Amino acid sequence: MSPMFSDFSFVNHGIDRRGFIKSVGATGALLFTANWTWAQEKPAKKYGGEGMPGGTKSDAKLFVAINHDGTIDITVTRSEMGQGIRSSLALVVAEEMEADWERCRVVQAVGDEAKYGNQNTDGSRSMRHWYEPMRQCGATVRAIIEAAAAAGWGVPIREVRASKHSVIHALSRRKADFAELVGVIASFEAPDPISIRYKSPRTYRYIGKEHTHSADAASMVSGTAIYGGDIRSAGMVYAVVARPPVLGSTVESFDDSEALKVKGVLKVMPIEGADVPSGFKPIGGIAVVAENTWAAIKGREALKVEWTSSPHDSYESEAYRQSLEEASTKPGKLVRSVGDVEAAFSKAKKTHAATYYLPHIAHAPMEPPVSTALLRNNFLEIWAPTQAPQAARTEAAERAGLPLEKTRINVTLLGGGFGRKSKADFINEAVEIAKAFPGRAARVQWTREDDIRHDYFHTVSGEHLEASLDRRGKVSGWLHRSVAPTIASLFGPDPKHQQAFETNMGHSNIPFAIPNVRIENPEIAAHARIGWFRSVSNIPHGFAVQSFIAELAEEAGRDPLRFYLDLLGDDREINPDELKDGWNHGEDPKKYPVDTGRLRNVLNVATKEAGWGKRLPKGKGMGFAVHYSFVSYVAAVLEVEVEKDGNLIVHKATMAIDCGPRINPDRIRSQMEGSCVMGIGLATTGEVSFENGSAKQSNFHDYQVPRISLAPRSISVHLVDPEKKVELGGVGEPGVPPIAPALCNAIYAATGKRIRRLPIGDQLA
Amino acid sequence: MTTIHLNGQDREVDAPDDMPLLWAIRDVLGFTGTKFGCGMGLCGACTMHMDGAPIRSCVTPISAAAGKKITTIEALGKEKVGKAVQEAWVKVGVPQCGYCQCGQVMSATALLTRNPSPNEEEIETSMAGNICRCGTYNRIKTAIHTASESLKGGAK
Repeated sequence: MSPMFSDFSFVNHGIDRRGFIKSVGATGALLFTANWTWAQEKPAKKYGGEGMPGGTKSDAKLFVAINHDGTIDITVTRSEMGQGIRSSLALVVAEEMEADWERCRVVQAVGDEAKYGNQNTDGSRSMRHWYEPMRQCGATVRAIIEAAAAAGWGVPIREVRASKHSVIHALSRRKADFAELVGVIASFEAPDPISIRYKSPRTYRYIGKEHTHSADAASMVSGTAIYGGDIRSAGMVYAVVARPPVLGSTVESFDDSEALKVKGVLKVMPIEGADVPSGFKPIGGIAVVAENTWAAIKGREALKVEWTSSPHDSYESEAYRQSLEEASTKPGKLVRSVGDVEAAFSKAKKTHAATYYLPHIAHAPMEPPVSTALLRNNFLEIWAPTQAPQAARTEAAERAGLPLEKTRINVTLLGGGFGRKSKADFINEAVEIAKAFPGRAARVQWTREDDIRHDYFHTVSGEHLEASLDRRGKVSGWLHRSVAPTIASLFGPDPKHQQAFETNMGHSNIPFAIPNVRIENPEIAAHARIGWFRSVSNIPHGFAVQSFIAELAEEAGRDPLRFYLDLLGDDREINPDELKDGWNHGEDPKKYPVDTGRLRNVLNVATKEAGWGKRLPKGKGMGFAVHYSFVSYVAAVLEVEVEKDGNLIVHKATMAIDCGPRINPDRIRSQMEGSCVMGIGLATTGEVSFENGSAKQSNFHDYQVPRISLAPRSISVHLVDPEKKVELGGVGEPGVPPIAPALCNAIYAATGKRIRRLPIGDQLA
Repeated sequence: MTTIHLNGQDREVDAPDDMPLLWAIRDVLGFTGTKFGCGMGLCGACTMHMDGAPIRSCVTPISAAAGKKITTIEALGKEKVGKAVQEAWVKVGVPQCGYCQCGQVMSATALLTRNPSPNEEEIETSMAGNICRCGTYNRIKTAIHTASESLKGGAK
């Protein structure tokens, strides 16, 4: 097996890691917390990282180890899927401990929530939950190193300071490299976290600096980076699985006689599927296990399987679209109500209504799901590209009939995740194969067809909006009905209604200055596995809201930017509770209000930088959208050209993000650039449609994702300084929601054609 | 048994004639730098060079590679252009998840070997077969120009 996953305790050559930092676990801070909890009538609601299962950890010995040559191993517990988190979190540690990045190595933690705290890499929360703990680790280690150096020189601690991997005593002009201090560090205790001194931001060399320090880029472009399918072991077996094409269908019968004749096929075996709702469990099917991937694929082609009928056999996307749109035009479950919308509509000078449709989309990460499991000597070891190692480990242990401590999950790099790899179904398939081949590593490889047909699909949505304009052209009433199958249908009886974490993504929590608001959610049943897709329900809600506001500006005969700024009203901080958002991305509503001033600011920056208002030749147009999600604020302005034959060219994208304090600006830019390209792709061609209960699309010929020619000719990303002190926001997801509406608003400006149904497809021809 | 000339060495591969080169090299020979993305020649993650030209190894049967000179990402850094491309990719910070980038680098290297100063249109044409789901295309273009410049600088 690859050495990168060996137990990392060996790398420190003789350092007693347990003795390295002795006292952090018994600090005053923990006692303080305990007393505080005791004093409450009931435990207070926890927010942020502390509100997540397993919470956070800031015990430096878990995350930092110094080797004899002075190099530093920094353990990162979050999964790397393109957001650069392995580099960014490690940079925070390196910064605070005054380490030289060139002498740091990033070590990937195994999945172990009890040890490391929460590792679920989703919700755009890695940095906002782990910045402070990682800072504390770095500063703690620096304090120890400084104390060790001062003691060695016999000088007061306050006279020494760490700088660039050395400790300096300026008065005596002495300097010691971290490597020279390794031997003595072990006997020094960690300071009380309360007394830790953090670096002044003025002295930062990494945090907030423009650079491309990457722990992984060089290995990624040389073929040495290890992804889910790159684990190798002598005697390994390779499997592909034939899965039921329709939700709720199972194996009726199968004939493996031809499959077994394929050279290299070792075994054909059923995999038991979970009943609907199947959660993160495999949906079952027949596995073909072989000596290599190709033999497994050929074996599966030769396999004959009959599937049982299912209540979802009749799922058909066009009919479903009609039922969504129909449901969206009738009253539904009330989510939020302010004032009296009916009265506002009846008094209005003008009313306007529009219904939008957004289809299912598939994640299609470049690395299709893949994982490897090995059951040997009563111990289960897994290698997987997973966003949620703990959930995978827990279920794998259960399947193998082993206690958790007899199960180890190694997290490889993820070749893209986008929410798909939070689900452990593909990992547990590998466990099932491993059980049948004890002592041999078993890999399950999903083909692209498997990936697209059996995804946890992004929801499909009907969005109906109505609004009234008063005599001054201001919005006096707002009605928004959103109808979409819920992710909750994956875990229990289908509630047929969006949950708080869905409706609070840009549906109920709109922060506009409108006196009468009514937010409804009519019911609809799910007929496919619905899952989180990067940005989740912000995609349909943001598209509908931002498109509709542009339509309203047109109805009012006003410039969309002026109209939008009016709609935002005065700069103000709104408690999410007032917007019926009791979820607020899991964050404290006091620390994370919805701030209309920050929305205004990013919109102003993006429109100014894009040259909003400039005259464009016929066939060209500009559109904007601005959206709050994952406690960050993002605006996008797209400049497009629609050629006579309907060909769409995106000339320029201008984005502005306020995500609070910036840690790794280059990775914020890269996330915005990627969000922009992905958003354009979803809007133009992103669609999975169903027929006879199963997905029609299967590979990149019929599920098209953007290629280089669809990328904007230029993307400029503006990192906006908040005008006040604010908390850290998310970065991985909030860039996506404004793209599709900005694009369609630009297309409207260019052509007069309003897109209300995604994908755009051939609607421009 | 098929013999291919892989990264400067003759290798005998015990695989059926129809096994795609991708799986032969990954599963049978054990070089995992080349990635599987689609199996239909649609995404370019599996790009290798066969006698210097970029090919989609997921749809190239091993029999078609018999006696051919195959270069994979593992050996690309030994070539001047390939090394310049890899360095430019790191400098510009192209990779996000990185999974497609070996294929992107193989295609870009083939382009710059053939055409040391490609314009935007030539880049788009040559890179059209390589999908990046993270959407790193703008940086890919920048990195190709960066590599082109560094190669020209080196020739002076």
